[in-house]
Amino acid sequence: MDIRVRFFASIRQKLRRDEGACSLPAGATVGDLLEHLCREFPALVDMRRSVSTAVNREYADAHHVLADGDEVALIPPVSGGSGDSHV
Amino acid sequence: MFEIVSQAIDLAPLLAAVSDPTAGAIVTFLGTTRNHNDGRRVTRLEYEAYPEMAISEMRKIGETARSRWPIHAIAIVHRIGVVPVGEASVAIAVSSAHRAAAFEACHFAIDRLKEVVPIWKKEHFDGGEIWIGSQTGQRF
Repeated sequence: MDIRVRFFASIRQKLRRDEGACSLPAGATVGDLLEHLCREFPALVDMRRSVSTAVNREYADAHHVLADGDEVALIPPVSGGSGDSHV
Repeated sequence: MFEIVSQAIDLAPLLAAVSDPTAGAIVTFLGTTRNHNDGRRVTRLEYEAYPEMAISEMRKIGETARSRWPIHAIAIVHRIGVVPVGEASVAIAVSSAHRAAAFEACHFAIDRLKEVVPIWKKEHFDGGEIWIGSQTGQRF
């Protein structure tokens, strides 16, 4: 099945791309996708622990089972708003 | 009203969106670019969003606020791109019959926005830039 992957902010900058495509076997989870991406982009390994994931624009954890055509976003720590720094 | 804009935020449409004859209070919050952070002299902030998801998460914050407090309406607008010092990156307006509910709901909304809405901030300062909340900042 084909998965579209989107990268933002620090991840987009580090990987020098804002999206990618992955082909995974049926039944693959978000965790499987992350492992696949870490092999493809070793720069992701260091960031993986701080990254959240969303499937089709909803937060989803590593156990979430993917479906063909899903859009998965890698979400580094968010910091919208302004004022106090959010670390 | 839940929007992402790339120009300066105008508060008037937010006030229009939440104003109502039954409201006795409208509370507004503006988050602005501060010229210093963590000992650094900040020259500007730059915001990036996952727009489709950000709008959906902002809408959920509105729904949660309405379920927890007796508010009439809530509006949230976030600016992306470069936001110069002194200008607003986010605006929230909440209306309610009595002021306590609007104050509390507005406070909740900005705190929650910073936790869950997929919008990222890059701080440009004298001598470098850093993605706030990440470990990938670099000085040069």
